[in-house]
Order: sequence, then C-alpha cells, then structure tokens
Amino acid sequence: MKLYIKYDGIMACRVILQEQLEKHEVKYQLLDLGEIEIDEEITEERFAEVQESLNRYGIFILNNQKSQLIQRIKDAIVEMVYERDKLPSTTISHYLSEKLNFSYGYIANIFSEYTFTSIENFIIIQKIERAKKLIVEEELTLTEISYKLNYSSVAHLSSQFKKVTGLTPSMFKRIIDKRRLLVNQVD
Amino acid sequence: MITHKDPIHILLADDDEDDRNFFSEALAELRMTNKVTLFKDGKELMDYLERPDIRMPHILFLDLNMPGKTGFDCLREIRTNPRFKELSIAIYSTSSAEKDIEETFVGGANIYIKKPNDFSKLKKVIKDVVNINWQFHSSGLNKETFFFSI
Repeated sequence: MKLYIKYDGIMACRVILQEQLEKHEVKYQLLDLGEIEIDEEITEERFAEVQESLNRYGIFILNNQKSQLIQRIKDAIVEMVYERDKLPSTTISHYLSEKLNFSYGYIANIFSEYTFTSIENFIIIQKIERAKKLIVEEELTLTEISYKLNYSSVAHLSSQFKKVTGLTPSMFKRIIDKRRLLVNQVD
Repeated sequence: MITHKDPIHILLADDDEDDRNFFSEALAELRMTNKVTLFKDGKELMDYLERPDIRMPHILFLDLNMPGKTGFDCLREIRTNPRFKELSIAIYSTSSAEKDIEETFVGGANIYIKKPNDFSKLKKVIKDVVNINWQFHSSGLNKETFFFSI
C-alpha cells in the first residue's frame, strides 16, 4: 500500500529540537528561525552530547561554540607552557583530554580543522615563543632555558628553535641586541 | 580575534612581472582564503599604504631588489610608522648570506625568504610563511620577536 505524504520540515525540526533538548534536560527557549537561547550554563561534554543527538537528525549547531573550544585548547596549552615551572610529565594528549573533558581525537581534529595546524605544532610554537621571551629577558642561560622548557639538551632546543624560526638562538639574540642599539640611538 | 574564515589580505611588491605572476599563482592555491594586491615598485606600494581608507593588510611580501625605492627603503619607512605595527613584512631576496638576513631582521622585517628557483618550492615556501604568520596573528603572539627565515 502506497502512502503519499507532505511534511513541514521546519515544524519537524522544531519538534525534534524540543524533544532532544528535553531529553538532555537542557533549559531553553526557541527563538526565531535557527536560534535557540540556552538558559543555563552547559558543560562542553553535555553540549557535545546534545550536538551528537541533533546531528543524527541532520541538525547542526553552528560554529561559535567550536571557536570557543579552540580558544580553550589554546589557553590550556599556553597555561601548560608558561605557567608551570616545568612542563607536565604526562603526555600532552592525556593532559589536554583530562583538562578539557573530551577525547584527544576529537580535540585534535577540531583544532586542526580550524587553525590549519596541529596541536603538536602549536605547542612547539608556544614553547619557542617562551624560549624567545626568556632569551630576551636575559636572566637565564640557554642551558637553564632548555631545562625549564623540558628539552633534553641545549642542542635539542636550538634545533627546534631553528626549525620554527629559521634562526639559531644566538642569531636571534644578536638581532634583538642590534635592534635595541638602534632604538637607543634614535632616542 | 580573526577566524579562519576571514580572508587574509596580502600585499606584494616586485618589479619583475614574472615573479609577480608566480607569487599570485602560488597564493591562489592556498587553503586559506586570501585577497592579493600587487605593486610593481616601491613608490606604488608606499602611495597605497599612505591612503587613509585602506583596510589593514596582514602581510606584505617585499622584493629587496627594486629600482628607485628599494625594498629596504620601504621597510624602513613602514617600520617608522606606528600605523603598521601589526603588519608582517616578508622580505625576499636571492641572497642567503647570514649578514644580509640579519640586516633585514634588524631593519624590522619579520620574515626572510631566499627566493627558491622552482615554482613548487615557491608554493611550499609561501604556504609555510602565510601559515606561520597566521598562527602568530590569530594567537596574539609577540610581533616584535616574530622572525621566520626560510
């Protein structure tokens, strides 16, 4: 027996949204077309669950939340590189996964999709950024800096420094010193 | 914070027409969306930059060897203007002498490119440069210590 149906896609979506949000016990208001106001603080984890349920119906929540997650990943990495006196001994993936409450695979995928680089590469850039800062501050030797940033040796730091900047740490220091001289001359 | 969907505004100044074409072709193949403006000499570039109505470009590729206003002249002028503090400047040159590289960084360039001799190498170099520049820009890293030599 054949049935012919006509359906109202928009109404169907609204009903699905309502049902899914209720299922996940999220307090919400459906605003105009395509907008939902969430009336409570929602953890990333719960949010991901809601997203997953909606995705199955072809309903996708748009980007903004993702860029928030990207920022949180970056902040977590920066905190790891800067605010600890010595970098954590657990693996990076474990650290980020624990801190952000997502699987590392998910974090890594979203990150590279949105930033055009990998988490590993971003961490290296941040470490070298801190190395530059420490070199400019002139309070630590290169050996002390490499220890602080968890490199196995000065050679290891220098090699990564050169990979990221194309310069050796000593060439970097020379450039900074010469620039400082120029600035002082102008004044 | 610029997102990955914002186009990157790229400027290129080079007196050689073939080089200009190579560069724009290489830039067109980038994954990141970008807008490219070309200049055939230093004066054209500086006249453009002096206009008050332009949208701030993200990165300028500057050929060192240009007649009249050289790349170095432009570099010096741009770096004395606080309006362009955030503009990344990538100098490219045929020289690979450490002394020349050092001089351009001391002069205020962020990026030094030794001109590669084939197109696929150039594409890779440009991709790496735009990518690392974008990383710096989007993560608020320190422009004053941003150096990249390739």
